[in-house]
Amino acid sequence: MFEGYSLGDLASIFVMQGFAGLILFSVFVLMALGLAIIFGQMGVINMAHGEFMILGAYVTWMCSQIFQNYIPALFPIYFFVAMALAFVASGALGMLVEWALIRHLYKRPLDTLLATWGLSLILQQVYRSVFGPREVGVDLPSWMMGSLQLTDTIEVQINGLFVMSLTVVITVVVAFLMFRSGWGRQVRAVVQNRVMAGAVGIDTEKVDRLTFGIGCGIAGVAGSAFTMIGSTGPTAGQLYIVDTFLVVVFGGAQSLLGTILSAFTISQAQSTMEFFLSGSIAKVLTLLGVVGILMLRPQGLFVLKIRR
Amino acid sequence: MSVFSKERYGFLARSEILGLLALAALIVVVVPLSLDIFRLNLVGKYLTYAFVAIGLVLCWGFGGILSLGQGIFFGLGGYCMAMFLKLEASSVENTKIQSTPGIPDFMDWNQLTSLPWFWQPFKSLPLTLIAVVAVPAVFAFVIGTAMFKRRVGGVYFAIITQAVAAILTILIIGQQGFTGGINGITDLRTLLGWDIRTDHAKYVLYFVNAALLMGVLVLGYFVRASKLGRILVAMRDKEDRVRFSGYSVASFKTFVFCLAAALAAVGGAMFTLQVGFMSPSFVGIVPSIEMVIYTAVGGRLSLIGAVYGTLLVNAAKTALSESFPQLWLLGLGGLFIAVVLAFPNGLAGIWGAWIAPWFARLTKSGSHGSAVANGSPAE
Repeated sequence: MFEGYSLGDLASIFVMQGFAGLILFSVFVLMALGLAIIFGQMGVINMAHGEFMILGAYVTWMCSQIFQNYIPALFPIYFFVAMALAFVASGALGMLVEWALIRHLYKRPLDTLLATWGLSLILQQVYRSVFGPREVGVDLPSWMMGSLQLTDTIEVQINGLFVMSLTVVITVVVAFLMFRSGWGRQVRAVVQNRVMAGAVGIDTEKVDRLTFGIGCGIAGVAGSAFTMIGSTGPTAGQLYIVDTFLVVVFGGAQSLLGTILSAFTISQAQSTMEFFLSGSIAKVLTLLGVVGILMLRPQGLFVLKIRR
Repeated sequence: MSVFSKERYGFLARSEILGLLALAALIVVVVPLSLDIFRLNLVGKYLTYAFVAIGLVLCWGFGGILSLGQGIFFGLGGYCMAMFLKLEASSVENTKIQSTPGIPDFMDWNQLTSLPWFWQPFKSLPLTLIAVVAVPAVFAFVIGTAMFKRRVGGVYFAIITQAVAAILTILIIGQQGFTGGINGITDLRTLLGWDIRTDHAKYVLYFVNAALLMGVLVLGYFVRASKLGRILVAMRDKEDRVRFSGYSVASFKTFVFCLAAALAAVGGAMFTLQVGFMSPSFVGIVPSIEMVIYTAVGGRLSLIGAVYGTLLVNAAKTALSESFPQLWLLGLGGLFIAVVLAFPNGLAGIWGAWIAPWFARLTKSGSHGSAVANGSPAE
C-alpha cells in the first residue's frame, strides 16, 4: 500500500493523518472521559451519553446564534461562554436523570443499558422536534479559522489545535478532581466499598448524583468541542457511542490513563489507515483489532488492582 | 382440576400447553381470518422477530447472557436466504442486458465479472438451508468460545457483541459489490420457480412461519425443562457455584448463545421470504437493541411472553408511526424505561402476578400456579 510515495511524502502523510487522528483523539477522549467516570466508576452503562454530548453541541449552536445576532462585539469569545453553559446544561440534565431513573437501577447494570437506550431515543426525538431534523453547524470566530503552514506539505488547522489544547486542559482538570480533590476521594471510596463509605459518613447518594452529573457535563463540553469539527444532528451522538464504549473498555474501565491511551491508539490507527484504505475498511480493521485484543485481554489494557 | 395446575405432560405443564394452544389459535386462526393479506404479511414479519425474542429468552432470561448483537444472526440467516433467491432471480435470461449476464444486478453495477466464491454454495437450496442455520451458529460459536472461555460476561459481552454488529454493518455497507451495500439484496422473485410475491404464496409462507414458530416454542420449553435449562438458570444466579460443581460453564453458555443465534437466523430467513428483501438495516445496533426490548416487554423469563411482546411492540410501532410518526420514538423510549423500572418481568410478569391468580380464583381452584413465575430477573 505504500507504492508510489516517496519517503518524504510518507512522512508528511503520517504527520497530516496523525494530526487528523489527534482531532479524532480529542473528541474520543472528551467523550470517553465522561463515560469512564460514569461506567468505570459507577458501573452504569449510559447509552444516552452521545445524546448528552449532542445537548452540549446544540447549546453551543444556540449560543453562537445569540451572540451573532444580539451581541456581535463579543462573538470572538462566545465559545468559552457556550462551553460553560454546555457543561451546566448537560450536567443538570444528567443529575435529573440520575435522580429519576438511574438510582433505581444500581443493582441491575444491564438494565441501565436498556433504560438509558430508551432515554437516548426520547432525547433524539426531542432534539428532532425542537431543532429540526437537519444538521446544524456553528460559525467559528475568525481567529479560529485558517491553518498554520509548518512546511510545504504539512499544515495544521487552528481549530484542531484549539480542540486539542482544550482536551488537555479538561483532562488535567478531571485528573485533578479525581485524584486530588475531596470529591474524587469520596467517589473512589464509594466505588471501592459502598457500604463502608456510607458508614464513615459519606453521603453516597449525593456522591452518585454529582458523579453522574459531572460525567454528563463533560460529555456536554465534548459536544461543544465537537461543533468545531463537525455538524450536529439529532442522531449524531449515536454514531459515536459504540466507539466510545470500546475506547473505555479497551483502556480498562477504571483507569483514566488507560482511557486516554486507548483513545490515542484507536484514533491514530483509524486515521492512518483511512488514508491508505477506504474509510469503512479502516474502521472495520480498527474495531476488529480492538475486539480481538479484548478477547485476549478482557480486562482491558490497564486495570486498577482492587480487592473485590 | 384447575387449568393452572402444575400437572406435567412430558416436559410441558398443563398451563403451558394451554398457553401454546391459545397462541396457536390466535396466530393460525384468529389473525388470518380477521386481517387482509397486507396486514397478515405484516404480522408474519413481526412473527419472524419473535424467533429472535425466543432465542433471547433462552440466552438472556434463562442464561443471563445479554447479547446486543442478535441482529447479526437475524441478518446472516436472512442474507443466506436472500443470496439463494437473488441467484435464482438473476438467471442468464433475466439479466441478459447486463455486461455479465447471470450474476446479481448489483455486482454488475460494481464491475464484478464473476460470482464471488462465497456466493457459489447458494446456488443449491439444500446447501442454503444448511447455511441459514450453520453460518450464524458457527459465527456465534466463534464469538462465544472466544469470550466465555476467557470469562468475559455481563456488560462486556454486551458491548462486544454490539461492536461486532457495528463491524458487520459497516462491512456489508462498504462491500457493495459483494453484498448489495446499503440497499441490501432486493428484487427477489421466486423460490424454485414458485413466485413468492403472490398473495397465495404470502398465505402459505405465513402458515409455514407460524408452524415453525410453534415448533421453536416447543423446543424452547423442552430446553427450559431439561437439565440444560436448569443449569442455565443456576449459572445465571450463581455462576461460580456451578463452575465449582464441575460444570463447564463456558460450554453451556456457548451452546445457548449458538442456539439463540440459530433461532434468530431461522427468523431472518423467514423474514426474507415473506418481505422479499434483506438489508443491513436489520443487522446493526439499533435493530439488535429493539429485539431485546421485544423480549423485555414480553417478559424476559417467558418464552410465550416474548411472542406477545414482539407482536405488541410492533403493532404499536406500526400504528403509531402510521398516524403520529413523531410520537413513535418517544413511545418506544418511554416503553423501554417503563418496562425496566416498573415491570422487569414484562407482560408475563403482569400476567403471573395479576391475571392468572384472578383466573384461578374465577375457576375456584385455589391453585396459584403460573407458567411464568420463574424468579427474579438476572442482574
